[in-house]
Amino acid sequence: MKRARVAYAGTIQGCTEHPGGVRLDDGRVVAESAVVWLPPVETGTIFAVGLNYADHAKELASARPQEPLIFLKGASTLAGHCARTRRPSGVEFMHYECELAVVIGRAGQNVSRAHALSHVAGYTVANDYAIRDYLENYYRPNLRVKNRDGCTLLGPWLVDAADVPDPQCLELSTAVNGKITQRGNTRDMIFGVTELIEYLSSFMTLGPGDVILTGTPQGVVNVNAGDEVVTEIEGIGRLVGSIVDDAAYGIAPAT
Amino acid sequence: MRAFRYPDASYRPPWPKGTVCGALLNYAGDLETLAPRMRSAPYLAPPRAPVLYLKPRNTWIGPGDAVLLPSSAAGVCAGATLGVVIGQPCVRVPERDAAEFVAGLCVINDLTLPHAEVFRPAIKERCRDGFCPIGPCVEVADRKGLGAAHVMRTYIDGELRAEWSTRQCVRSIARLLADVTDFMTLHAGDILMIGTPRDMPLARAGERVAVEVDGIGRIENPIVAEEAA
Repeated sequence: MKRARVAYAGTIQGCTEHPGGVRLDDGRVVAESAVVWLPPVETGTIFAVGLNYADHAKELASARPQEPLIFLKGASTLAGHCARTRRPSGVEFMHYECELAVVIGRAGQNVSRAHALSHVAGYTVANDYAIRDYLENYYRPNLRVKNRDGCTLLGPWLVDAADVPDPQCLELSTAVNGKITQRGNTRDMIFGVTELIEYLSSFMTLGPGDVILTGTPQGVVNVNAGDEVVTEIEGIGRLVGSIVDDAAYGIAPAT
Repeated sequence: MRAFRYPDASYRPPWPKGTVCGALLNYAGDLETLAPRMRSAPYLAPPRAPVLYLKPRNTWIGPGDAVLLPSSAAGVCAGATLGVVIGQPCVRVPERDAAEFVAGLCVINDLTLPHAEVFRPAIKERCRDGFCPIGPCVEVADRKGLGAAHVMRTYIDGELRAEWSTRQCVRSIARLLADVTDFMTLHAGDILMIGTPRDMPLARAGERVAVEVDGIGRIENPIVAEEAA
């Protein structure tokens, strides 16, 4: 089962897949392009994991971490499928990151690896944009790089955990303007989904709606205004985003 | 004594409604102390933008709620800070207009387990259940109220252990609000904390820690060994 949250004709609704597009909870069937896609869950705490694929850690010239490198995001950074994300003028390097997002369904503390998946409601796709120009070495990666408005896309669908028996064998890919730029497989995570849940719940209580973005493999390239970025995970979904410039947000270009 | 464990329904104080964001290294004395180290690895340069972190919902507790101390830690660092409660959406707020966007100020005890380095986000140290006691919120009427010198004090078992003032901030409340909302929107009910000095007193299991801000309020919480809770 896949579920999404959308806005349609003045209402916010849940919806499911349908051969004619999407089926809204009120019974209407409408084209996918007729709805505004929202993040598929109302989120609690949003965790992200840095350097969780050995190849990506190497790509960023960083050492393989000894324990998960966790950072947090706030709600204002979230956006849904088909979001238009701002690239500020004057920056040199903005990149996407295709990530498997794990949505917690049941509260837990001190959850063992063996029981971890029973706390998962489902999975969705994340595109976790970063602007590397703003990287500084204090509480890195800092919020100015990773928590910008509209820079964390989630969606389109929340796929029930029951339909994903093994979250550690899923192909990931990103295409920029139709050309594949990033490929990987969740089997190459340094810390897998069950280890991340065990780690986080060892010092804090996880709650329903909490989301863990599990990191990205190698293959991040710069994207520019006008680019279409498609992050896709086998069996989970195909998340489309595009890049816009300052003018789209009513900001005068830097002089 | 209550020892709430998130997500107990009765766990939350009236504030916040959304995101709680704090500034690190916003005490001028810390930049001076750290200056010699900031030119070498892993920092390489002094910070330019505000250094921020989040206190997620599992950390929020109210007056009197117990803070659980893990057996692995000798104590918890207690830091009185001022929380700026946001009143309306803040997007690229000009420094001079900041007061118009603020609903009020509250006193917060920003707790963390001791950690020496500030290179990586200290989630395991800062984001444990109950590590953000949030006290009463008081409306601020105008720019004068926002810009006033607010003195923050930390007490352990009634003894004054730390005191600092918003006059010692690298960025004032208004400046911080401007710099943060340049890239991330703050919404009504979000809280922006102005930070604490790095050198914070250590509260041990069995002690009571209180933080207060003149004219704003006070919040006191007992520190309890985790296994005893």
